Amino acid sequence: MKPTHTVRSALALSAAALAMSTTLAACGSDSDTDSAAADGGKKSKIGVLYVGPHTDYGYNQAAYEGIEALKKELPDVEVISAENVPETAEASRVMEKMIKDGATVILPTSYGHYQPALEVAAKHPEVVFLHQGGPKAVKPNVGSYFGQIYEAQFLTGKAAGLSTKTNKLGYVVAFPIPQTLLNINAFELGAKSVNPKVKTTVVFTANWCDPAKQAEAAKSLLDQGADVLSQHQDCTKTIVETAERAGAMSVGYHADASSLAPKGWLTGAVWNWGPLYTDMVKTALDGKFAGSKYDAVFRVGIEDPTIAVAPFGAAVTPETKKVVEEAEKAMRAGELKPFTGPIKDQKGKVVIPAGESPDAAALESTDYLVEGVVGNIPQS
Amino acid sequence: MFIEDVLAGAVRYGSSVIFATQGEVISERAGVINLGVEGSMLCGALAAFATASATGSAVLGAVAGLVAGAVLGMLHAFLVLWRGANQLASGLAISFLGLGLTAALGVSFVSKQITGLGAIEIPLLSDIPILGKAFFSQDALTYLALILPFALVFLLARTRWGLILRATGERPEVARAYGYDPRRVRAVAVTIGGALAGLGGAQLVLAYTLNWTENVTVGRGFVAVALVIFGAWRPVGAALGALIFGAALSLQLQLQARGVDVSIWLLQMTPYLLTLLVLVVTSRRQSQQIPEGLKAVFGGSSS
Repeated sequence: MKPTHTVRSALALSAAALAMSTTLAACGSDSDTDSAAADGGKKSKIGVLYVGPHTDYGYNQAAYEGIEALKKELPDVEVISAENVPETAEASRVMEKMIKDGATVILPTSYGHYQPALEVAAKHPEVVFLHQGGPKAVKPNVGSYFGQIYEAQFLTGKAAGLSTKTNKLGYVVAFPIPQTLLNINAFELGAKSVNPKVKTTVVFTANWCDPAKQAEAAKSLLDQGADVLSQHQDCTKTIVETAERAGAMSVGYHADASSLAPKGWLTGAVWNWGPLYTDMVKTALDGKFAGSKYDAVFRVGIEDPTIAVAPFGAAVTPETKKVVEEAEKAMRAGELKPFTGPIKDQKGKVVIPAGESPDAAALESTDYLVEGVVGNIPQS
Repeated sequence: MFIEDVLAGAVRYGSSVIFATQGEVISERAGVINLGVEGSMLCGALAAFATASATGSAVLGAVAGLVAGAVLGMLHAFLVLWRGANQLASGLAISFLGLGLTAALGVSFVSKQITGLGAIEIPLLSDIPILGKAFFSQDALTYLALILPFALVFLLARTRWGLILRATGERPEVARAYGYDPRRVRAVAVTIGGALAGLGGAQLVLAYTLNWTENVTVGRGFVAVALVIFGAWRPVGAALGALIFGAALSLQLQLQARGVDVSIWLLQMTPYLLTLLVLVVTSRRQSQQIPEGLKAVFGGSSS
């Protein structure tokens, strides 16, 4: 053995392990199978992949609650679930295993599970893949579903714009992808629609759930005078709690976290996945996926119960409530669209001409931040 | 003020890592590499949070974190020193054990809230421009993290305990000749190392995030192992590495909050770049600084 061999191996191993744990370790915990499957596999089986833990007050919790609602509605369906599945080849392995165990419908619920899902889908044309948030569905047995939650963020933006005293809103984001950019833009547009002076400062963390980094990102925004914080992270509680302790207000995301911020909670843009999951899975299990509305790309907007605005907190005044509720009514009726031109990007260039309001498909290619947002999209 | 905010962020973000590096320095100076630091940190974090949540006392939480980290350290010592396990494999296994264990046991604590360790402002000193906010307006554990490296330098260089520890790491036969069982000395060192990593995890949840989230450390334990080599097995060097690690993150976030264009991708690479850099640099200078015991294969010359 060379003298420094052990030390270098240690270093290399710790770097490798660090890489693994920063993308969340693959625990391979495909263990949550319901036990009543003994009767010769009569039950239909579906597989669900989560990128994080189901108790994150956020993205994964919202998806998990949707699956729990599905279990109640479809008691004959057995759910094989795997948490903490990284967005790598590991996801393919987990999906292959689920299919081997009898799953005929797979729900990869994270954006980054998209490529692995396509690869596995090509090998298993008999299995239906319902991917959450994927850009498109290029295989016949793949459907991509998502909701335009940015429409709810437009409403929460109004609450934030009316509640701020400093006219500075803060937004903690993981990565610059169309969905996060849309949320930031909708939030600022909503805020600006009720308060022309308001600006939203964005901080990217390059991580979906790193509590210490979130705390630091929140502090950096509070240091600069932001008095309302919103976010697009998978786990949301650290930022809500950090804002609360600093006496600032917060707008939640993914799941209702009002219990964490009794003083500063305003509202939040949240998911109610249950009805959609149930209907999609039922359609697929009945063999009716091909040609259904879930085949290819399916999107729901605020007219659907999937997109919800969380209950208001104590910090919201009755006047603010009224403004938001009226706007919500108009949006649910299809009379108010958040992205209605003229809308300019940060450089002042018109990205949506006056009078136009692009549909959801067009908005999904958003690669800019609107005027009034402070911060830059990190270039690769 | 910009520099003040960046420094304060660096200390906040780096202090849990300082604890872990100091623990690893002790362990490696005695001749044992412990890649289980991450596991010790996670168990320390959960034990600290659970205890603080149950008793309402953050101080008891810190003690629990210390103990939990020590238990995992002890497990590593037992496997490596008594059962002859490969130390790298054992360490990694312990890290992933810690990850899985805390994920499973921690579920019910995800929605709990605690009263953490508050900031203690040191009169006069906390008003010093630039440095005051970073170094004299922190929680008790962070002060401990800042003092610890200097205490460790003294302990290693000036005390009998330090001499025996270093002798065990460099020339176990010398320690044996003086009547000390190298295996026991190493076991104690690895246990203390685990305890400090546990305290780092405790600091993270008791003074910083103030909540429990699965995998709350997100790889900081592994960063600590690399930083020890970066710091050439010296307590202050490793601690400085931890602060640089914190500063890289803090700098980037503070710049963003001010609307300055920075590449977050570059920051994401920092720990890896640092590690690569260390690999390149140390392959030259390492042979003098590396504790001799780390070069030995266990079960041979050492016991």
